[in-house]
Amino acid sequence: MLAPTEDGDGVTRPAWAPREVDIDRPSAARVYDYYLGGSHNFAVDREMARQAIADWPDLPRIMQGNRAFMRRAVRYCAALGIDQFLDVGSGIPTAGNVHEVARLENPDARVVYVDVDPVAVAHSVALLADDDRTGVVQADFSDVDAVLGDPVTRGILDLGRPVAFLAVALLHFVPDTRAPRDVIGRYRDALAPGSHLVLSHATADGVPERAVDHVALYRRTDTPMSMRPHAEVLRFFDGFSLVEPGLVWFSLWRPDHPVGEGAERLPGYAGVGRRD
Amino acid sequence: MPPPGPPGPVRRAGEPAAPAVAKADPEADPEVASAVVELSAEDDAAVEVLAREWADEVEGTSYVPMGSDELVEYLTEISVDLVGALRTRPARTAAGHDAGRRLVHAHFTGPSTVERTLMLLGARLPELLGEDLREDVLALVGALAAGYATTLRDRTLDEQEAIRRAVIVARHQTEQALHASEARFRAMFYEAAIGIGLGDMQGRIVEVNPALTQMFGYTAQEMRRLTVGELAHPEDLPSVWVLYERLLAGELDNFRIEKRFYRKDGEEIICNLTLSLVRDERGRPSYQVAMLEDVTERHELQSHLEYQAYHDTLTTLPNRALFSDRVDRIFSTTPAGSTRRVGLCFLDLDGFKAVNDSLGHEVGDSMLQAVADRLAEQAADGELVARMGGDEFVVLVENSRGVEQLVDLAERVLAALAEPLELAGQELAVSASIGIVERPVVGGDASELMRAADITLYSAKADGRGRWALHDPHRDEAEITRFALSAAMPTAIEREEFFVLYQPLVSMADHGMRGVEALVRWHHPRLGVLGPGRFIGLAEETGAIVALGHWVLRRACRDARRWYDEFGDDAPFVSVNVAPRQLHELSLLADVEAVLAETGLPARLLQIELTERALTTDEGAPLKTLDGLRALGVRIAIDDFGTGYSSLSYLRTLPVDVIKLDGSFGERLRAEDVSDIVDERIVGTLVDLGHALGMTVCAEGVETSAQAGRLRRLGCDEGQGWLFAAALPREDIGDVLRDPDAPTWPGPRAVDGRATSSAP
Ligand SMILES: C[S@@+](CC[C@H](N)C(=O)[O-])C[C@H]1O[C@@H](n2cnc3c(N)ncnc32)[C@H](O)[C@@H]1O
Repeated sequence: MLAPTEDGDGVTRPAWAPREVDIDRPSAARVYDYYLGGSHNFAVDREMARQAIADWPDLPRIMQGNRAFMRRAVRYCAALGIDQFLDVGSGIPTAGNVHEVARLENPDARVVYVDVDPVAVAHSVALLADDDRTGVVQADFSDVDAVLGDPVTRGILDLGRPVAFLAVALLHFVPDTRAPRDVIGRYRDALAPGSHLVLSHATADGVPERAVDHVALYRRTDTPMSMRPHAEVLRFFDGFSLVEPGLVWFSLWRPDHPVGEGAERLPGYAGVGRRD
Repeated sequence: MPPPGPPGPVRRAGEPAAPAVAKADPEADPEVASAVVELSAEDDAAVEVLAREWADEVEGTSYVPMGSDELVEYLTEISVDLVGALRTRPARTAAGHDAGRRLVHAHFTGPSTVERTLMLLGARLPELLGEDLREDVLALVGALAAGYATTLRDRTLDEQEAIRRAVIVARHQTEQALHASEARFRAMFYEAAIGIGLGDMQGRIVEVNPALTQMFGYTAQEMRRLTVGELAHPEDLPSVWVLYERLLAGELDNFRIEKRFYRKDGEEIICNLTLSLVRDERGRPSYQVAMLEDVTERHELQSHLEYQAYHDTLTTLPNRALFSDRVDRIFSTTPAGSTRRVGLCFLDLDGFKAVNDSLGHEVGDSMLQAVADRLAEQAADGELVARMGGDEFVVLVENSRGVEQLVDLAERVLAALAEPLELAGQELAVSASIGIVERPVVGGDASELMRAADITLYSAKADGRGRWALHDPHRDEAEITRFALSAAMPTAIEREEFFVLYQPLVSMADHGMRGVEALVRWHHPRLGVLGPGRFIGLAEETGAIVALGHWVLRRACRDARRWYDEFGDDAPFVSVNVAPRQLHELSLLADVEAVLAETGLPARLLQIELTERALTTDEGAPLKTLDGLRALGVRIAIDDFGTGYSSLSYLRTLPVDVIKLDGSFGERLRAEDVSDIVDERIVGTLVDLGHALGMTVCAEGVETSAQAGRLRRLGCDEGQGWLFAAALPREDIGDVLRDPDAPTWPGPRAVDGRATSSAP
């Protein structure tokens, strides 16, 4: 599905060679911003996003569904008393960011945002400059030591206490060649008991043709996509106990109101697991 | 979150449940915020209906961070303000502007959100509040559109500016990171201990690092004027340049070789060279990178170590390892049909141990060095001189022209060594024995060659000093047995494989037994009983004689003590042979004393027999030992007298009690009629001389009664030989003593298959 050479350049690119800031290529973060109605994007991003929406008109709704799940999950964790959040693949800040949502429950909530996209990170830094209970780290999800060892992370989070670890709409940008399950396992081992994994993931389940085109579009970006079936997504929760209702379509995860038919129209799996 | 409020006065802008983003609204019109309008119950109901319909219309048209209840509530607040504005007189239609702004603030940025909002408000507000308000509604909705558009435009511009600024920051950071990494690269290039050079595809050297310039002794500028081709070395294998051509052609991405180079000063260095091809984005070869590691020192060290492994430090000659390698190679590389011959001279210095012992190791070492030099001088091309260890040397002739070449070489070597050496201010004579082996290569092997050389050297030594011996395959068997015996001897002594026989020494007057000579035998587990001729010589060479002699002494003294216990004054004395080597052991005197004490044998019943040679070759220490023995009361006898070179006058100076005339003197006196008067005269003179010095004279090898008669008449006191008795076991001696008048003594007994009367 993915040509290995297109697997970002993170694998072969040595640590000292910085990632290029290339705004002639679409970026997943900015395309996503466009889906959500933001303007933190450029013509290339919009062009790709428009084409994606033309192919698959439900996309904006799917993204909204993902975002809504994240919001409910963050509130769920905060209600459990978790006041530390590590949001990996946080993207470009938009309405309803994790710290804003969390602080509705707990005004002292602390959040570290991590993304590999330098522009998304620079924007996050600018936006959060005055908030000393949030921090931003530019790092690759796979580089567990860089994420957890960054002084910003260390300064804001106390890894001795439970953390909500968010990998929301992230792992479909991490191909199997980079062993995302092992990486999650390493985060799991580093997190204190009582921590939670908040995860959502794109899937081709139920929409195979659409997904093929969609994946093809993302080869234009630095972060091509890997859709995964339910069983594979479930394996990311190895070592976590899934909370009710388990790994389900976005909109079925603890909805505010009972949801009628058609949850599968917004394909994408969501779940929250607890590290015991 | 509370559901939309009950009918009644509503003012919800300050309520905590408002969506986070919309919560603080700095641009809120203070006029609007302060204008609290009381709504009627009907209007409240209208607000509720409107907000619900509105929420239904727009849900999902934009991403807003709200749940559906929050959405309804947010729209209810706006609806309250809109209805309130319409109820104000004159209608405050500008409130529409604020509503549009609030929609954008809540992130209702989707185009269909505003479309559906305008349609809904335009249609439903007049229906709910009264058709008379249609004009006002139109104005209100227009204001909402304007407020929405203005705010969205601002928001869009802000976001665009924010993201562009983010790009600039990110680029700046990337540049800084690039800068840092370039600096790191530069540092790596300049500080690297390994030499790095960059060349273009024409072979011109473009860039070099300091390590490389140091390695080659050129400045960077000078190096940049060079081409790769100019770094060729005459010893480069052609394959090196083939690899290079293939790399330039793009057929090879890199290769690694060891290569010699010349420095600017002409000195040679050896480098591990890794050459890599660098391609451009399209995969075309664009330049070459060379990495060089100077391994000259490592090479030198290695050859030094190799030299050490294969050379003897004292003499600098090749050592055994190198020699063995060469020999192995000769046998492994010579093809089956070859007529090639190999030869070697195996050489060992005579009496080297004595030099070491008496003059010290330093002189010994100098002697070995001097000998090594002389050997090296004699070796021609194709002849390898090596030191095998100790005082053993070898000259290997890898392609022998025949035995003559080897014999010639051996003689040259012996001649070269015949010149005395000038060492430590004195002239020292040195001699060597050489074993020569010469044979075809095919059909043999290295270990067999070495064994033959060993054996042959051994024979040469047995032949005497300063000789060479040529390998004789027939001699091997005997030699091998000798080796086996000498190797087995120490354990054989421990295991008591030796035993002692006693040959009576009788009075010539009455043939009564006066004493016995102890004669040692070896009951070898495989070879049977061996006489002393088979092993005494070996024991002397190996030094085992000391232990063996001591064992015999104790055995003999114990047996003699038993006879003494049984026969008292009639008991025979026992005569024990002592080898020259034992005589030189400082402990001999003490040993004898200890054995006498241990066995309780009176000293006068012990006689020590020495060969004439043992007494004459050395002075000093042995004489002292002899004096000591005599002081104990032990008698000293000279064995085999007359075979040595000692002058008769010398005899008088020796502390000796008995002379035993060698059997050869008596030989010609054996026959019935003896014509040679000379022999009789000589024996007579010796007897007289002995007597004149107060010594007892004993004749060995008495075999006939005629002989015995003559010897008695010539004055011999004692006799020994088959005529009287062969060597007998201890028990037989007892029997004889108990019954001295028995008709015959147990006759010549073939205990070892060959009765002997000879010493020891
Ligand atoms: C679709 S966005 C998700 C944003 C946010 N988590 C959400 O769900 O609303 C995915 C983000 O993941 C980031 N991303 C992709 N691969 C990543 C990686 N290997 N490490 C860190 N971030 C990555 C992208 O840059 C992008 O910003």
